[in-house]
Amino acid sequence: MLLTMLMLIPLIGSIAVFLLPPAKDLLAKQIALGFSLATLVGSVLMVLGLDNSAGGLQHTESYDWIPAFGISWTLGVNGISASLIVMAAILVPVVIVAGWWDAENSGRGNVKGFFSLILVLEVFVIGVFSANDLFLFYIFFEAMLFPIYFLIGKFGGPQRAYAAMKFLLYSLVGGLFMLASLIGLYVVSARELGQGTFDFETLTTLNMDSATQKMLFLGFFFAFAVKAPMVPFHTWLPDATAEATPGTSTLLVGVLDKVGTFGMLHFLLPIFPEASKFYAPAIIVLAVISIFYGALLAIGQTDVMRLIAFTSISHFGFIVLGIFVMTSQGLSGSSFYMVNHGFSTGALFLVMGYLVSRRGSKRIADFGGVQKVAPILTGVVLISGLSGLALPGMSSFISEFLVLAGTYAVNPTAAIIATFGIVLAAVYILWLYQRMMTGVPSKEVEETVSEISRRELVAIAPILAIIIALGFVPQVALNVINPAVEQVQTYVGVTDPEAAVGIEGSGS
Amino acid sequence: MKVSIEYQALAPIIILLASGVLSVLVEAFIPRTFRRPIQLALVLASIVLAFAYVVINASALVIADPASSGGQIKGLRELAASGAVAIDGPGMVVQGIILLVSFVAALLLAENSIDPQGDAFASRSSTLPGSEDERQFTAQGWLQTEIWPLFLFCVGGLLLFPVSNDFLTMFVALEVFSLPLYLIASMARRRRLLSQEAALKYFILGAFSSAFFLFGSALIYAATSSVSFSSVAVAMENSSQDGLIIPGIGMIAVGLLFKVGAVPFHQWVPDVYQGSPTPLTAFMSAATKVAAFGALLRVFYVAFGGMRWDWRPVMWVIAILSMVIGSLLAVTQTDIKRMLAFSSVAHTGFILLGVISTSAAGLSSTLFYLLAYAFTSVGVFAIVGLVRDASGEATHLSQWAGLGKKSPWMASIFGLFLLALAGIPLTSGFTGKFAVFTAAVDGGATPLVIVAVVASAVAAFFYARVIVLMFFTEPPADGPSVVVPSAFTTVAIGICAAFTVLLGIVPQPVLDLVINAGLFLR
Repeated sequence: MLLTMLMLIPLIGSIAVFLLPPAKDLLAKQIALGFSLATLVGSVLMVLGLDNSAGGLQHTESYDWIPAFGISWTLGVNGISASLIVMAAILVPVVIVAGWWDAENSGRGNVKGFFSLILVLEVFVIGVFSANDLFLFYIFFEAMLFPIYFLIGKFGGPQRAYAAMKFLLYSLVGGLFMLASLIGLYVVSARELGQGTFDFETLTTLNMDSATQKMLFLGFFFAFAVKAPMVPFHTWLPDATAEATPGTSTLLVGVLDKVGTFGMLHFLLPIFPEASKFYAPAIIVLAVISIFYGALLAIGQTDVMRLIAFTSISHFGFIVLGIFVMTSQGLSGSSFYMVNHGFSTGALFLVMGYLVSRRGSKRIADFGGVQKVAPILTGVVLISGLSGLALPGMSSFISEFLVLAGTYAVNPTAAIIATFGIVLAAVYILWLYQRMMTGVPSKEVEETVSEISRRELVAIAPILAIIIALGFVPQVALNVINPAVEQVQTYVGVTDPEAAVGIEGSGS
Repeated sequence: MKVSIEYQALAPIIILLASGVLSVLVEAFIPRTFRRPIQLALVLASIVLAFAYVVINASALVIADPASSGGQIKGLRELAASGAVAIDGPGMVVQGIILLVSFVAALLLAENSIDPQGDAFASRSSTLPGSEDERQFTAQGWLQTEIWPLFLFCVGGLLLFPVSNDFLTMFVALEVFSLPLYLIASMARRRRLLSQEAALKYFILGAFSSAFFLFGSALIYAATSSVSFSSVAVAMENSSQDGLIIPGIGMIAVGLLFKVGAVPFHQWVPDVYQGSPTPLTAFMSAATKVAAFGALLRVFYVAFGGMRWDWRPVMWVIAILSMVIGSLLAVTQTDIKRMLAFSSVAHTGFILLGVISTSAAGLSSTLFYLLAYAFTSVGVFAIVGLVRDASGEATHLSQWAGLGKKSPWMASIFGLFLLALAGIPLTSGFTGKFAVFTAAVDGGATPLVIVAVVASAVAAFFYARVIVLMFFTEPPADGPSVVVPSAFTTVAIGICAAFTVLLGIVPQPVLDLVINAGLFLR
């Protein structure tokens, strides 16, 4: 019941906000914030209640929903999904505070709608990470699109309708291929067990022949690759983030896109172990291409929000890389990377959003010399940026290192090539910092860019603190994640290669 | 041979046809001013009564044929009228759906407050469009209450169509429901020339397809010496007359596929859907399609079930063409009624997946899809009829811009229907698609499902485009508005929306119903 209750909190909050009489905008914001904080408390309690000695699903619950199709309301979390839920639960109140005036500033749509949608989104996000009935997962996977679609389409920038539509269509097409595979999986399970099922743990026990596995794998992988997004299915992301409000972008890239990589890790590997191993080399190549393509395009961007979107494509390349090398370091690195990336990208989007809303422009060339007029804001940008380039001491460094170490053990070539991605990360972040923050401030910058406000600082400070704290004591998160990673390895039937032991020793 | 009439089993059909006759008498003898309320009461009462009989029949505990379903079947299961009509589980489900949809459609037909001049039908359809006569009759507030007897005969024919157990009864039923439709289609109050053109087109093509059906029946009779489905099926197994049987099956298929609007027999669909009075479009898009699919299922499962290896490849091609062409052409439309018409063609393709499966799962999933689609389709056209400007309905897509701002409720419900048509989870359309796709994969039609998925993706685009237009675009200065309808339309839309949501969230009871309906009686 715990997870259902956890979903109910934001759901009630969203309905309450929606039903408020008009002209109660302030109250709507306060209620939204209150419910999102309550959800945060609930999710932290949920993680503390996990037994870290076991890797299986915990807090499980299961009720029949549509027995005719073997569909049930089955929820459960392991360390990976639980940490992603907490990450989301932290980001939602942060986004609410950071986007306190976003709805008014967009000049369209109502304030209640904005905050109501954010809370609805939180319901679906908790659902998608805790669903362990594949059909239920699919429902949440699709349902998530709509709050985001409206958040972009109603509150975004000038090209918002185009961006929202592109986002929706890419995701729907991906989702439909997943649906086709889902139906195939159902029929396979019905033939083998007599009664079809979508239950995750039952599906991992199926004995599918490898041809079927390879077919069904592709449908799921396509949906997840669009969502993640990986090159070449990524073109919707820069458009969406360029038009969405910074808060929406944070939730979109920081939380929603994780569903893609989470799906690969949590569903694809355990259910299709043979196919995963078969496709792994090809996917690793795609991942490495994503790392470089994202980074190179990030360097070439003139729009700061698009730049951050491309850095994320590069980061998702690392995450996918870690998943498909299937070593314990790679997998736990990727899981941890998902959490860290949520925070570091969120911080970048939000702080750049502060700057953009002051200057009224997203063009990097319109800035310059901000550090002279707003030193504290510049400091925040610097920390967020350094987290984005995975500087040692930041949590993102740990995860990137784990991914690369885990990759080296089985595929040294990919690891060595991917390492150069770090150099490019330094280029795009530091060059961005140099162009926007250093130099002599122009007249417009002096006039428009003011120091960070207390509300803005309160919003972003918690994530910066978490980034640094997890950089020094990553074990807090890794202890929760590692049992789940071992479970995934058991499902796939892989063990770490012998050499990995030595690397683990020297690495730690 | 003594002819037997099983009155209880046939009651729904008899009630509707008898009310039709009564309704003609009302037209003849009751003064003009009282006709509308009396007709309306008669129509609604007879539909409710017929539905009650369907429910009674369906729950009557008669165990007729336990072997075919592997267990006991609840509900009436008998051949009525000396074997001309088969009352069985699937047949009664289809009848129930037709009656429910007809009830909702009757409410829409009765709506008289959205057009300032009266209801959706010409004040007198015998007057020339644009003539002085027309203007005068309209000014005097004349109403064409003759639509009600036509409607009742039409529903009666629709009820008979899916339970017909031989080709001749089926042909009679086909004509009984088609002729009133041709007539009512020509009676729109606004844009009468368009309406008459549509009706003529519908009539000529419809007559043509009826002829195909009849010719096909004759060929089958020549080959098997029978028109009864079960004896045709038996005779075909031992027959070597493929030269007659194969063209016979083909021609009967043409007749039925025309009625469901499958490509390449779909040309009438956009014109008729666009030109007809919108409440009738709502009725046709749902009830006719349901009845025609009921008949198609019975013919291809019972009579031609043994020949499925011969007709399946053709049905594959037709299903693929319907899905692909329906979806692609819908993208290019600028008129909302035409867009929905092409979307209905695409849906025909999806439903054909269930037919092709030729399994128990295929049958039950098709029935579920029909129920889900029927209500969504009625609802969507009901709202199309509400968006009006001074000259009548505003059906050009550009006129729909910004409706979400002017009337958020109606636009939201319309969005709900569109999402259901697109097959988005938690709507009835998704459950239906899921059921049909699953049955098709199980029946070995995986490539078809992949085509269906791609077509769904294309379809999602044009549905989403309308939503974008309604919610994210600024309304034009002189745009149309959503008229506030009377209780008739409001109730109708409410029922449709409720079904669309409930069948998406808690479909289990209805799934149980269609699964327990069992197989066709042979």
